[in-house]
Parts: sequence; C-alpha cells; structure tokens
Amino acid sequence: MSKTVEMICISCPMGCKMAIETITNGVTRYKVSGNKCPRGEQYGVKEMTNPTRMVTSTVKMKNGHLNRLPVRTSDAIPKYKISECMAVLKAVEVEGPVKVGDVIINNLLGLEIDIIATRSM
Amino acid sequence: MKSYEIVVIGGGPAGLAAAIEAKSNGAKDILVVERDRELGGILQQCIHNGFGLHVFKEELTGPEYAERFIEGLKQQGIEYKLDTMVLDITDHKQVSMINPEDGFLQVQAKAVVLAMGCRERTRGAINIPGSRASGIFTAGTAQRFVNMEGYMVGKDVVILGSGDIGLIMARRMTLEGAKVHAVVELLPFSGGLTRNIVQCLEDFNIPLLLSHTVTNIVGKDRVKEIQIAEVDENRRPIPGTERSFKCDTLLLSVGLIPENELSKSAGIRLDGITGGPVVNESMETSIEGIFACGNVVHVHDLVDWVTEESRRAGKNAARYVQNQLVQGVKTITTKPGQGVRYVVPHYIRPENIEDKLNLMMRVDNVYHGARLVIKEDDRVIKSIKKAHLAPGEMESIKLTKQELETIAGKEITIALEIEEAKE
Repeated sequence: MSKTVEMICISCPMGCKMAIETITNGVTRYKVSGNKCPRGEQYGVKEMTNPTRMVTSTVKMKNGHLNRLPVRTSDAIPKYKISECMAVLKAVEVEGPVKVGDVIINNLLGLEIDIIATRSM
Repeated sequence: MKSYEIVVIGGGPAGLAAAIEAKSNGAKDILVVERDRELGGILQQCIHNGFGLHVFKEELTGPEYAERFIEGLKQQGIEYKLDTMVLDITDHKQVSMINPEDGFLQVQAKAVVLAMGCRERTRGAINIPGSRASGIFTAGTAQRFVNMEGYMVGKDVVILGSGDIGLIMARRMTLEGAKVHAVVELLPFSGGLTRNIVQCLEDFNIPLLLSHTVTNIVGKDRVKEIQIAEVDENRRPIPGTERSFKCDTLLLSVGLIPENELSKSAGIRLDGITGGPVVNESMETSIEGIFACGNVVHVHDLVDWVTEESRRAGKNAARYVQNQLVQGVKTITTKPGQGVRYVVPHYIRPENIEDKLNLMMRVDNVYHGARLVIKEDDRVIKSIKKAHLAPGEMESIKLTKQELETIAGKEITIALEIEEAKE
C-alpha cells in the first residue's frame, strides 16, 4: 500500500516540486523525490508527520496608543492547532505597559509554547 | 536657521539604519524627520515573521525588527521629530517642514539622506472598471487597519495581485475570520515568495488564479460582487471566461512605487525603470551631498537588504560631511544587459570603495540554470551561476576593490547568459 502527495519545498527559493510517497509496510516510511538537497527530504517528512507553523497575530490593547498589540508564538505550533490558537487570542485583552518579549499567554493550549508581545507599548 | 550635519527624511527601516550608521561613523548633529506618530515605518504593521534572517541571523516580526533600530537610535541620542511632514528640499540642502508643535520650520543640512520609502499603487493606477463602492482597499491600508487600528475591513474578500503583501493579507484576513475567495494574478506567475504561496494560500486552501484579472466591480454603496476573467498572453480578458464572486471587499496588491515627490522638486535625476533616484556607489544622488536608500531608490523584497543599503548611505553621508568622499574622479557606469531590468548603483567611483561593493539588480522573467555575468566589453569580470532567478527576488553580486580596479573603461554590463531553456 502506498500513496503519493505532491508539494513544493519552501526550505529555499528554488522551490523544488517534490513527491512524497507514503509506504505502509508494517512500519510507515516516507520516500521523498524531486528534491535537489537533503533539506527537501527533511521538510517533506516533517510536512507529512507533524507540520508546524509560527502564528503571528494581535490582541486587544487597553491603554496603548494603538488598539492592537502584535504578538507571536514563541515557537512553531502544530498546523492543526492554528484555529484554536486564534480563538484563544480573540478573548485576550492586555493592559500596558508591555515590553517586547513579555509573555502574554503562558503555555498556550498545553503546548509548552508561549504567546509573546512583539513590540513595546 | 538651525543647521544640522545630516537630515534624514523618513524614520522607517532605511532612515533609522542610515542615521545610526552616520552617527557611528562620526557625524554629530543628525535629525530624523518622520511624518507618522511613531518611528519604524511600515514594519509596525507587518506583524508576520520572516524579518532579520540576514541582519540578525534570527527570524523576527516587523515590529521586533523596528524596535531594535528604534532602541539603537535612542541609545545614540539621535534627535528625531514625529508628526512632521517635509514639504521641500532645495538643491542647497535647505529642508522645509511642518508639524503641530513648531509650525513651519526650515533647517540647513550639510548632507541629506532621502529615506521616504514607497507607496502602494491604487485602483486609479491600474484603471479597474466598475462602480466606486466602498470596500476597496490597498492591501497595505487594510493591513494597517487590521493589525494596528483594530478594524476589520471586510468579511468576504477577493485579492488582486499576488505580491507578498497580497499573500500575507490573504492569510491574515482568513485568520481573523474572513473568507478569502481567491487571489487573482494578472501574470502567469506570482511575484511573491514561494514560501508565502505555501504558508499563506495552500495552508488555508485559498485559490491562486494566475493569468486572471478583475474586469468589473459591482455595488452601489458597498462592494457586492467582483467579476474576473482569464487573460491572454497580451493580458487582455478572454471573452467567455468571466466569472464572479459575491463579496464585500477587494484588496489590491498591485505594486509599489518609490515616493519621490521631494526628490523631483529638488531636481534629482530619477531612473525610469526603478522610479527612484540614480545613485552612485556611495548611494549619493545626482545632487552632491544628497543621499538616498531603501525603497525610495528601488523596491526591495527583504528589509535586511534595505538595512544593508541604508547603512552604506548613512556611512557615506558621514564621510561626505567630513570631506572624505572623493568627487569628480573616474566614474564607471553599470549598464543592465539582456535579461536584467536594472542595476543599483548606476555609477561607481572605485576610489570611494573601501573593500567591496554590492551591485543589486532584478531580472525580467523566471529563469532556471542561468549565469549573471559582469563584463567590460568582452572581458568577463565576474560570472555567477544561478539555479533559479525570478523578478520577485532581488539578486546581488559583490565586486571587490581589486576587481573594480581592473576596469579600464567607463562602462560595465551586467547581463544574463542562459544555459538551459527558459521555463
């Protein structure tokens, strides 16, 4: 049994068109083709097993000179958690002053990743 | 009249880097003039990550990148004025400005650094037919509303133009709960980075419609419907391919233009291709002592390159006020050849180069397996193999002082030599 997924590698500007074949023969393995360097293989397997993304957004700001405070995740989170993350951020309202790097939400969704401020206000 | 050694016009990434570098190189009185209520320029609304990989070797968001330079400026004790609009610069470097505190103000500068950045092209610039309903924004304006002011600009969105700002806004609007129906691109390829196509469109199943354009905007008070059609190789809509989206918002990401009204009124010579000033190796314009850097010269795709270029401008402005820049010496013209749209800088005076010079350029199409070749007549000075070239990705080539000193004549050509067939 095997199935193939096509994707474009984003490790560098080359943008290799890759095919990732999933081989389920007792153990699940992935065969990456079309990549021109090892980073492509790494990226392809990661996308198949646990694709992650950094999330950048804003939260409500109470007493800043702007209405929104920009924030980001301290590290990439699993892709399927993005909408849950956005829902959490929607409910947050921050009171200043805030310094860049301040933790706004500790241990987001139990992922051991924080939401941090990306500017001082 | 108050006088300064250097007046920097614009407090975005270009102006900040130029001012800090000028100060570090011995310039004393520096004034940065910014028209917005805070420093940082457009970076403050670019809340996504991907900035600083070259300058800081880490991935930052726009506001984080800006804050590092704002802190640097403050630590150096450099003077700046906010909410201040520069009205005019004379060729004698007299700068007129206006703000609510000082009213009308004129200062005399020994050197000026132009760092006004660029402006978005609007609906008027591309003549989209249809009604003048509300709900039509440039992508950058929408970005500022959503990310800084906290106003959502619409719920059902179509985006015209697949440059990076358009792609970033497709993701941003989706994350904030809007439905992005499609990103429509006139050209057969996207001008944005592949990384953004994957992470901003494919991640959210937003269709990218290449070789398509908006043919009509329908709606009396608010946008109700956007009509699109496929285009032929001459970019003309093909009859019979029309379709439409019911939506309330159209975002435009259709290019950026360097903002050079001040440069023009000062009489500075502009390049017809870049839309920015013609500059030499020191980032000095056609008027001695007036320098320029960042998106006012040519639109960059990475802020890291803006910083690199602006540091060069700031350093040379400092050298100029200390009489260390040599004027009226041998000058070499850099000429774009086949496949290359433009080269910055336009002129090189090798005597002013300390160790090396970075030539920046853009190609005119997507190429695979080509060489960027710098030649004087038939002699190859440098040849660099490039696996992948695209108009959306700025290229640069370093020339050392030794290489520059081998140039006997007055002109070098930078051209593309294709090894394999064009894709």
